[in-house]
Formats: sequence, C-alpha cells, structure tokens
Amino acid sequence: MTNQHDALLDLYRQMVLIRRFEEAAAKAYSQGKIGGFLHLYIGQEASAVGALANLTRDDYVVGTYRDHGLALARGMSARACMAELYGKVTGCSKGLGGSMHFFDAEKRMMGGYGIVGGHVPLAAGCAFAAKYRGSGEVALCFLGEGAVSIGDFHEAMSLAALWKLPLVTIVENNEYSMGTPLSRTMSVADASAKALAYGMARDRFDAKDVLVVRERIGAAVERARRESLPTLIEVQTYRYRGHSMSDPGKYRTADEVEARKKDDCIANAERSLRALGAGDDVFAGVDREMEAAVDDAVRFAEESAEPGEELIEAYTYA
Amino acid sequence: MRELRYREALREALAEEMERDERVFIVGEEVGHYQGAYKVTEGLLARFGERRVIDAPIAEAGFAGLAIGAAMAGLRPVVEFMTWNFSAVAFDQILNNAAKVRQMSGGQFTCPIVFRGPNGAARQTGSQHSQCFEAFYAHMPGIKVVCPATVADAKGLLKAAVRDDNPVLVLEDERLYGSKGLVPDGDHVAPLGVSAVARAGSHVTIVTWGKMLIASLDAADALAREGVECEVIDLRSVRPLDHAPVIASVEKTGRCLVVQEAWPFGGVGAEVVDRVQRDAFGALKAPVLRVTGRDAPMPYNKKLEDLTIPSTDTVVRGVRALLAY
Repeated sequence: MTNQHDALLDLYRQMVLIRRFEEAAAKAYSQGKIGGFLHLYIGQEASAVGALANLTRDDYVVGTYRDHGLALARGMSARACMAELYGKVTGCSKGLGGSMHFFDAEKRMMGGYGIVGGHVPLAAGCAFAAKYRGSGEVALCFLGEGAVSIGDFHEAMSLAALWKLPLVTIVENNEYSMGTPLSRTMSVADASAKALAYGMARDRFDAKDVLVVRERIGAAVERARRESLPTLIEVQTYRYRGHSMSDPGKYRTADEVEARKKDDCIANAERSLRALGAGDDVFAGVDREMEAAVDDAVRFAEESAEPGEELIEAYTYA
Repeated sequence: MRELRYREALREALAEEMERDERVFIVGEEVGHYQGAYKVTEGLLARFGERRVIDAPIAEAGFAGLAIGAAMAGLRPVVEFMTWNFSAVAFDQILNNAAKVRQMSGGQFTCPIVFRGPNGAARQTGSQHSQCFEAFYAHMPGIKVVCPATVADAKGLLKAAVRDDNPVLVLEDERLYGSKGLVPDGDHVAPLGVSAVARAGSHVTIVTWGKMLIASLDAADALAREGVECEVIDLRSVRPLDHAPVIASVEKTGRCLVVQEAWPFGGVGAEVVDRVQRDAFGALKAPVLRVTGRDAPMPYNKKLEDLTIPSTDTVVRGVRALLAY
C-alpha cells in the first residue's frame, strides 16, 4: 500500500473512532448515564481530524463545547473522554468539567468552552505566548458560525491580525446556530469574509473530504508557523444530530438531513481508500477495532469511581 | 525606608517583577508610548521594550482573554484596565475563564495573571466612571482581590500578586496615586490575605479597605480627642478575607463598624458583618453597623458626590451610633 493510502487510513480511523464514540455517548445519555448537555459532532469529523493532522505535539488547540471530536483527534484517550462524560474521577477533567470542558495539558488541548466565542481570545493568547517565547508553536481555534456574531471573536481577530499572531481560526459552518439558520444570523453568507476587515488571510472550503481539510488548513498552519500570521477559515460542514441531545430539530426537515448524509465525510474517505486499493477486510478491521476501543472506554467509564467530595474545592485555587 | 508616591510604588513593583521574571509582561490601553493614563507605567516601555510593554486597542474582552490564554500557556501577564469601570466588558473573561479554568480542567491548568487599575470614585467623573468593583469580583471563587490603601502595600501587594499562581485583581485608587508614604527598602512583598491593624484601640473596631482607610483613620483621630479609641483594621485583601484578626478585635471591643465606599446591597461589608455576628456573637454589645456609599449611581454634582461617598464625618457618626446602643 502507498503512503497516501496509509495516511488516509489513519485519518479514516480517527473519524470512525469519533463517530463510534459519540454514538455510544448518545446511547449512554439516553440511558441517563450522562447528564447535562451533550453536543455531538457527528457529521463534522473531517474538520477536526483533517485540521489537527497538521499539528505538532506542542501546538495549542482550543475549542467549543462541541469538543469530543477535537479531543479524540488530538489523541486524548477514549477512556478519559468517556469517563469525563460519565462524570468520573478518571475523566480528562476529573469529572469536574463534563462534556463541554475536555482538557489535557499534556496534549496541549487547552479546553472546550461553554460561553460562545469567549474562548477565541484564549486561543489568541496561546499564539501570543508562542510568539513571545519564540518557541514556534501555533494555536488552532475552533468555533461555530454562530459565534461569529459575538464581540469576543472580533476582538480576538483584531488583536491576532494587529499583533501578527500564529493563530489559525476555524469557523465550522454547520449552517445552524442552535436552531437558527445562517441566513437569519449573519448578513453575509461567508464567515471568512470577516477576515477582510482585519487584513487577515482567509480561506473557505467544504469539509466533506478530510484530505482537502488537511491540505487547506495545513497551508494556514504553515503561514502561522513560518510567517507568524493568522488565518480565518470557514469550513462548510453539517451536523446530523441536534444542537444538543435535547434538540428535537424541528427547524429542518428529515429529508434535508438524509440528503446531507449522502455526502458523508467518512463514506467519502472510504470511497477514496477503496480507489487506492483498500478492501472490505480493511474496513471491517477498522470497525472492529474502533468498536472494541469504544466498548473498552464505556466499560472503563462505568467501572470508574466518582470524584470524592474533597474535590469540590480542591482546584479552586492553586 | 524611602518615601514614594503610590503610583511610583506600583511602578517599582512592576519593574522589579519584570526584571526578576522574563515571563512577566504588561498589556493595556496607553500603557506604553503614552506612559500610562495615570502614569503608573511611565518609563517602562523605554526600559523593557515593546515586546513586554504592550499598547492594546480598546478591546478589554479581547486583551483580557488573550492574557488569560497566555497565562494558561505559561506566561505571567499584568493587565492594566485604565479603570475598573472598563473591566465590565471583560467580565465574562474573568468570571468564566480566569476564575474557572483551574477547576474545570481538574487542576491541569493554572492562570497566574494580574488585573490592575483604579477602582471607585475619582473626582466628578459621573456614574459610569465612579464605582467600586470589589464586591462583583470577590464573589467569585477562584479569584483573589486586593485593595492597597498605603504606598507600602501598593508595592508589596502588587509584587505578591504577580508572584501568585492565581488570578489576582489589584484595585487601586485614582485619588491615592499621588499620595506619599514610606516603603521598606529591597524586595518588599506583602502577603495576600493578611490584614493589618492600622491603629490600635479598645472601644470600637472599624473594618475597612482601600481609600476608606483614610476617612477611617481621620475619624479615629477625631474620636480620640473625645476619648473614644477606635481600632482600625485594614483588610488589604478582601479575598481571601483575613477575618481572624477582625474577630479578635471585636472580642476585645464588642463593637464593630464596617466602612466601604461601595454600594450597600450585599457586598464585602455584608460578608464581614456575617462573619462578625457569627464568630463574635457573644462579645457584641451592639449590632454590627456599616457605613457605605449611598445606594444610587454616582451623581456628577460635587456637593452630591461628596454626600454619596463616605467621609470622615459619616464614619464619626457611624461610631457614635454604635456607642449609643
């Protein structure tokens, strides 16, 4: 098999892991084993997987409350992620964060954040720190198109452009800001157009092909790393599930969702792999492996202990 | 000991900490080329350069959030708010990111950052530029809040704030920037969360912080001439709140007056009252009283402004009310 095949297979495996992981999470949620909010990434996997394929281990990643895919694409363990959803002490945030607040200092996963747009300045700060030290890292920030309307996003873009920070900001345009379509939240159809006002490089493309995502975001990462310049990117994507598990999705038709599933990023990657020579055995193998990994994560989460009462105040102050 | 102005003491603290630790930098509006709106950062740009003394555009949420991210990534930012009034647009960054990131990451990330600037009323600057923020911020677990009243504390508390691994808010005061006082020589660091007895006395305990220390001490002087000895406690930090010395003092005096510039509803004074009534209940000879700013947005008119902010006279009246029980 070729290098191209092996590279794509690696991305495919990550996307399948994310989807199986979230399907298991949705099931556990409906069984009442996971509380609070659960925002699923299903349908959008190529965006995180393709983007993060460009990073070194020292680069920074900052995300939204829709952070499971980002965490797994960053190489965080499925066990620690599932345990966090279950609120267990073995979770990636010791059961104190939950679905919206996945953190991993070692992987430089700087967190998922629950106030829309409030995390974008943090990502600019990570990029600032890299530039201040001259240490060469870049920061990747993910947000939804719904966050493009809030001030923190604009202030962060303004500062990133003004101070020439190595920041790549990825707006995942999944067409719905919770239940409100793009046409009713933005006066322009293209979120990357906001870059024009800041004199910032921009890009915009469809995220249905993970290799395209990797290549296009790779160019922005290179711009950040070599020239210390920010880029604003809109990736066009679609979430198959509701905004969160409590969303009945009445703002769009089932036909629309089914039609969009026909252009699925995982199915597209499978077709490309088959064209490169991969056979049924490869896909069956990946399915088995990822299902086993997710089963293991669920078992681990179910068997793990709850955090003790002593953790309520333990991390308030350093 | 040397005599310095309050703003010079702050500047010395910043310069010494920047000299000591390369990770410390300053960001804020007009902090560099303009030399600081209140000249606290005067000369620091020339000394440390544009990399470490950074003029920001008017984007408090943006540069506060950026600094929080930089702190999470290993730097030690000092953010200047031109006044704390402008921190309101960065409130979410302080509340939801700086205060919580350590807890919600299960202790993986810390946020060693200082936010500083003048708090409270200046002179006739109107309602949007004349308010006290300590109650809003001290309400938040994860945040420390200090209110230096003396020149020595301006230096010592700011240095301690920079060295602390938590978000520390330093609430200064425009009316204090020009005040003079003695500062110990050398590396003067004042511990956070430790109050001071600014004046010893046996009849009444006055608890205060920040600029109200001056009115409280003046009132104590006036009352001493009548034979009433007030013990004045300067909290210095409102969070963590060093309440043990307050309780010990009230055990001795049996009477307690809390003096704050801030609005009366809720707030730091109410927190002190709660602790005193619980922990010194048996010693109290009178209810715990408060002297506060009036419960209204600050008026522009000078006479009305003077009536809104607690003064030496209102503190004296508060003590007399306590003694009348």
